[in-house]
Amino acid sequence: MDVKMINPFLAAAMHVLKTMAQIDAKPGRPFLKKDDLAIGDVSAIIGITGAAQGSMALVFTEQCIKDIASNLLGTPFTELNHEVRDAVGELTNMICGDARRRLAEDGIVLQAGIPTIVGGKSHSIAHIANGPHLAVPFETPKGSFMVEVAFSG
Amino acid sequence: MAYKDMVAMVVDDFSTMRRIVRKILKDLQFKEVFEAENGAEALKLLETTKVDLIVSDWNMPTMTGLELLKRVRADQRLQDLPFMMVTAEAQKTNIIEAIQAKVSNYVVKPFSPEVFAEKLAKIIPQ
Repeated sequence: MDVKMINPFLAAAMHVLKTMAQIDAKPGRPFLKKDDLAIGDVSAIIGITGAAQGSMALVFTEQCIKDIASNLLGTPFTELNHEVRDAVGELTNMICGDARRRLAEDGIVLQAGIPTIVGGKSHSIAHIANGPHLAVPFETPKGSFMVEVAFSG
Repeated sequence: MAYKDMVAMVVDDFSTMRRIVRKILKDLQFKEVFEAENGAEALKLLETTKVDLIVSDWNMPTMTGLELLKRVRADQRLQDLPFMMVTAEAQKTNIIEAIQAKVSNYVVKPFSPEVFAEKLAKIIPQ
């Protein structure tokens, strides 16, 4: 997978969380993930078409997303309710949009669908592209989350 | 017109973004803020409710923000209604399409409350 296609998603994740929720996120070491099992409690996945076919997913631990949603909406959240799940979808939407904008500056024009939210312990994420996908863990003062990106070819 | 006398409608399929925009508008002293989940629901609300501003997402199921904008501009009563698009679609072709459909202004996600307020002040000066 071309790093040129991945870096905009990582930059977008940091930019969106900083701008919308005032949270600093630090990327860890990327790794190839070979299964669909989510390393977290709630996820959203968005399909990508255009110059490349694939998908991007965000996977949050419960504590991390509750704290991010609290900052995002200015209301404390103590449980993983539908409002917190909705925030996962909107964050996915914004990060994918920001990444597509960055890629478009390099002439790579992509379109995106509408995010699907999935959750629960040991849930799985079905990426559109077959084969391994790249996963990048992020650490925030509020806990950890993961960005997964998979493109065909 | 002063914000404190104005009624706004926020259209977005994600409640998160509706709440974020609602909070910004309430902080700007808007009198009332209605919400709709998509373009079709917004049009229904417009039949019975007078609003002074629409803030709409672009990418929504059922009816997109662009389609809503076109429908609003096709209605003689709503031709000049301030319409702000909130969008992750910042590609030039999308923006040109929105301008051709007579969007009043647009703000690209992610945005800070200050950026949103600046964009709004350009169409409704205070």
